[in-house]
Amino acid sequence: MKVERPRALAAALGLLGDAAAPLVPLAGGTDLLVHWPVRPDARTRGYLDLQRLDELRGIRWSEDALELGALATYWDVITDSRVGAEFPILVEAARQVGAIQIQSRGTWAGNVANGSPAADGVPVLMAFGAVIVLESRQGRREVPLDAYYSGYREGARREAELIVAIRIPRRAHALQRFVKVGPRRAQAIAKVGLAVARSEEGWRVVAASVAPTVRRCRAVERRLEERGLPGSPEELDDALRADVAPIDDLRSTADYRARVLARVLFDATRKGGA
Amino acid sequence: MERIEGLAKLTGRERYVDDLQVDGALWGMTVRSRAPRGRIREIRFDPAVDWSEIVVVDHRDIPGANEVLLIEPDQPVLAAERVRHVHEPVLLLAHPSREVVRRAAHAIEIEVDPEPPYLDVSVPPRPDQLQRGEDNVFKRLRIEKGDVDTALARAARVVEGEYRTGAQEHVYIETQGMLAWEENGVVFIKGSLQCPYYVHKAAIRALGREPDGVRIVQAATGGGFGGKEEYPSMIALHAALLTLAADRPVKIVYDRGEDMEATTKRHPAIVRHRTGVDADGRLVAQDIDVVMDGGAYVTLSPVVLSRGIIHASGPYRCENVRIHGRVMLTNSPPHGAFRGFGAPQTHFANERHMDVVAAAAGLDPIELRRRNLLLDGDETATGQRIVDGVDRIALLDQAVDLSGWREKEAAHAELARTDPWLRRGMGLACFHHGAGFTGSGEVMLASRLDVAGLPDGRVEVRSANIEMGQGTLTIFTAIAAARLGLAPSEVAIAEADTGRVPNSGPTVASRTAMIVGRLVEEACDDLRLRLGLPADARGEEIRQAVREHARATGEETVGRAEYEPPRGVLWDDATYRGDAYAAYGWGAYVAEVEVDLRTWATRVVDFVAVQDVGTVLHRTLAAGQVQGGVAQGIGWALMEECRWKDGAMQNAQLTNYIVPTSFDLPPIRVHFGETPWPGGPMGAKGLGELPIDGPAPAVVNAVARAIGVAPTEIPLTPERLMDLDRRAEGRHARIA
Repeated sequence: MKVERPRALAAALGLLGDAAAPLVPLAGGTDLLVHWPVRPDARTRGYLDLQRLDELRGIRWSEDALELGALATYWDVITDSRVGAEFPILVEAARQVGAIQIQSRGTWAGNVANGSPAADGVPVLMAFGAVIVLESRQGRREVPLDAYYSGYREGARREAELIVAIRIPRRAHALQRFVKVGPRRAQAIAKVGLAVARSEEGWRVVAASVAPTVRRCRAVERRLEERGLPGSPEELDDALRADVAPIDDLRSTADYRARVLARVLFDATRKGGA
Repeated sequence: MERIEGLAKLTGRERYVDDLQVDGALWGMTVRSRAPRGRIREIRFDPAVDWSEIVVVDHRDIPGANEVLLIEPDQPVLAAERVRHVHEPVLLLAHPSREVVRRAAHAIEIEVDPEPPYLDVSVPPRPDQLQRGEDNVFKRLRIEKGDVDTALARAARVVEGEYRTGAQEHVYIETQGMLAWEENGVVFIKGSLQCPYYVHKAAIRALGREPDGVRIVQAATGGGFGGKEEYPSMIALHAALLTLAADRPVKIVYDRGEDMEATTKRHPAIVRHRTGVDADGRLVAQDIDVVMDGGAYVTLSPVVLSRGIIHASGPYRCENVRIHGRVMLTNSPPHGAFRGFGAPQTHFANERHMDVVAAAAGLDPIELRRRNLLLDGDETATGQRIVDGVDRIALLDQAVDLSGWREKEAAHAELARTDPWLRRGMGLACFHHGAGFTGSGEVMLASRLDVAGLPDGRVEVRSANIEMGQGTLTIFTAIAAARLGLAPSEVAIAEADTGRVPNSGPTVASRTAMIVGRLVEEACDDLRLRLGLPADARGEEIRQAVREHARATGEETVGRAEYEPPRGVLWDDATYRGDAYAAYGWGAYVAEVEVDLRTWATRVVDFVAVQDVGTVLHRTLAAGQVQGGVAQGIGWALMEECRWKDGAMQNAQLTNYIVPTSFDLPPIRVHFGETPWPGGPMGAKGLGELPIDGPAPAVVNAVARAIGVAPTEIPLTPERLMDLDRRAEGRHARIA
């Protein structure tokens, strides 16, 4: 096992660009290290520890965007009162990630890179129209988060690239809702996740744990734009069927996920959303 | 009084087996079957590994019998020709590096010619699934009283029901672990365990040694709940076999995944009830059938079944009772001891069924129970006359009053009218739990305990009963100090080391405080006698006599006690008639739940736990036992589910086996009735298991009342509740 610990972004990108020795970027380690004892292959890979890259730390505000550095943690968001005021569901989602230890180490960029369909951080970012900023030795490029995933744990990041920031546009929101349905009230993995945001850009509806990736629900969004608020959860079923494809697994059933998603979505759109 | 080992645990000073540093020790690892049943054809070692540097042990290296001796000798220490369950131990490995031994274990393939496994006790085994007798039944037991068939035929109403409970994982914080070494020809085994002498008995058998050739020592134990009753014998033997082969100390500590996959769980059960009531809702007949899944080997299943059926008819008066029980061999890892030991399963069925009976009889659940609870002088299903002075109806009334049942029911009805999604309900359970071993078990155990006077004037309690978080050290200290008039600091508790302490029996069955605590008192009295002191001698007199005796004789004075059953307690094992337990704890629990119809998630919002366990020896510890049992019971009722596939647990991780967090628990309001029981120390009865019996039925009854469904199976996960709710169509669905 090899761990590189560069002190500057340029050096990090140099190391990542060496195709002969691929490295796994490591920020908080809260996903990678959980499986350490039971996955012997995890110990034969090379890692790029990002913790010394101070330029990737923290939260930056600009006129039109909130930018989360690649090392911005859930805790950074929880403790920033401006985030709480402008993007309250970002804080709500952060508070539902693991316990305080995970919240203080885990990063938003890591949550995006890990690509779990059950991610807690990704749905709210996607509902706010976040853009992922990727950088390599060849330069920068930006990918909207709703176009980032191509399949189960498959993201747009190439091996030589690093997620350096997440940019969230600052829009006026008439409604923001985050719902996590877990098997218990804390420290759980979502069986159904939902983030809803309504701004001048229209409805944004994002669901987790109901498809191979966190999924933007465009059919539901269209349904809401064209026909207004639903009168019952069942009125959302057709649109949801087009958007998501829940499965039976260890944590829940396809049937439960589909029904609960319809109900929490119905309820979320109605609360203060008229 | 402060908890004796509390500060050491709080500050991390306590040393568990994983913390014990031993020079030159090897790490041991177990290689296990991947098949649920079959004949071992070949064991392949990956040639890429240098096997010369790894100690490898198989069944041929066992010096004695290849048996983990407990009730029956059917379970091998290491599988020889056949395997009977997934994760059955086949080989043992050891190496100085934990990493190397872990990789080596992955580099071994055990090829098994598969045979058809038997995995579902709800259907009878096919001929090709038979592995024990004609029917795969480990044990059948029955209780008969009166004439059930005639009573059912004459009953005003007969109500039937079938109830199911799932396996439950103990989730002790410290996983199983053992350290073994040899010293002057004696094999020492030290580790996390509840029953030093069970391990000792198994070890002398499998290692082929005399009793003094093996010494078992308990290390600080981070929780047990029954999970460290029988399984430690297995892992202890593994560590011992490796240390004998390697001639070095060997430590085995399971990680959480291995612990969850390979060690015991609570027995899954199916319980059927057929109940006759008269026109006033009085029980006239209880016909009960209990089937348990024992897993692949006998282990403790017959006694789990026994406790299960004895409690199956609940704390009620009924003249005609028939209870049939059987525990079956299946090809899952053996199910075993778990707090409550069969009773939580049958209590769940009975108390859930009582609500179904109440609804059928048109009575409210409180009234049905009030009419049927045992009064002093009534007899249980085994014909035991209960005369202990406890007013069981008063306990129920107290629980109901404290819970605010009547006012809350009105508020719940209002909530259902006004809230689109939230529903609340109240649920109740009445139950009992026999303390100590069942029937003549305590007589056969013949527990012994010493209290020694030390040269410095202190005394030392020598027992094989261990601390695992429940308070043994504190309770024994308090009992001895009170009996002799000494300060708690003048009482020492000896390490549970079979080379130093007599066999006071296992730390199980709610017996430690009541049975063994009484032995502490008796040994104190015997010490006083041996010191030549009068029966009322206390404090300074004792201190001085102990010191003087040591000075004069150069020896310590040892007071001894041996168990004798309370007078008039009689049990007939052949007919299952008589006094099943010397004493019972009684409980009445009330749960208030809230169901969210968006997610069908149930939250327990309030909980009242009223029980009479005799005199409470230590208020904080006792309340902690109750709160812990309620938390464990809520987990079992609502979320803890072992997901099985082909005889293997699929969710052997704490991310997917869900136990409640503090956010998932209500305030747990604990109240004790304290009717002293003269047979126990200072009037105490057993407490440890009682609190796991009541929560599941109370919670599920509350859910049933909240949304108008009739659940019969736990865990009542949101997924199961959704299915029930949808079948009970049209009862909610008021959408704003």
